[in-house]
Amino acid sequence: MPELGKYAAEVLSAYAVSLLLLAVLIWMSLRRDRRAKAALRAAEEGRDA
Amino acid sequence: MSLWEYANPVRFLRLSAKAQPVLWVAAGLSLSLGLLWGFFGTPDDMRQGSTVKIIYLHVPAALMAINAWFMMLVASLIWLIRRHHVSALAAKAAAPVGLMMTLIALVTGAIWGQPMWGTWWAWDPRLTSFLILFLFYLGYIALWSAIDDPDTAADFTSVLCLVGSVFAVLSRYAVKFWNQGLHQGTSVPVATGGRTISDVFFYPLVLSMVGFGLLFIALVFLRTGTEIRQRRTRALLARARRGG
Repeated sequence: MPELGKYAAEVLSAYAVSLLLLAVLIWMSLRRDRRAKAALRAAEEGRDA
Repeated sequence: MSLWEYANPVRFLRLSAKAQPVLWVAAGLSLSLGLLWGFFGTPDDMRQGSTVKIIYLHVPAALMAINAWFMMLVASLIWLIRRHHVSALAAKAAAPVGLMMTLIALVTGAIWGQPMWGTWWAWDPRLTSFLILFLFYLGYIALWSAIDDPDTAADFTSVLCLVGSVFAVLSRYAVKFWNQGLHQGTSVPVATGGRTISDVFFYPLVLSMVGFGLLFIALVFLRTGTEIRQRRTRALLARARRGG
């Protein structure tokens, strides 16, 4: 861990918030895509049945 | 092969499936390397101390916040002129990514501004234009959700995107237009090639910018694919309802 001095709280919170927001964005995008694929598969199976 | 062939949803999905693994790996590597190098491998700044490490998040996020809107602008123009559905869906897919990038830029800017300027927020030209850009992103996403017919939604959101482009330009050039405010000028002017930061900060910053850029492209590919599949599902269900 680098020595962040008196600004440690600011630097660490900037990294924590940004990485959390990026993680949420990626996770939500992947989850939405998985659901869309499943819904399309179900609709295509319904059509073919 | 023409670029317009990718306006075909099936061809786009095929390209996306091939490109995505490469994009995700490249984005993950460059972003991790850029941020780790910036955080662990760079010294404190003479004036700003360790807060200079926030630059590796703040600048790339701000850059992508503006560039995402420009990408949406190009996609919206393609929709308005050539009526390619994939381009309208790509613009829709990019909006939440741009929104998140704008939010990261605003939050990290506030956290950085507090110790350096003595305030979390100031009605400075660049900060204000970024806040307006953030509101435009919210409005754009809300407008897509508010209109049932996808083609009408694409038309209205494309027009909103054209209007919002003024603020995207202002966000980038606000410091030059109004030579006032707390925010400094750009550290890496792309047009002139000159820069005001030393190599020790510049190289990890470039890597981080590349990482954010690749992450944006990977997410837009992923989310555009999602939009195409959702559109196809709606069409199949509507057809089934009519047939039944």
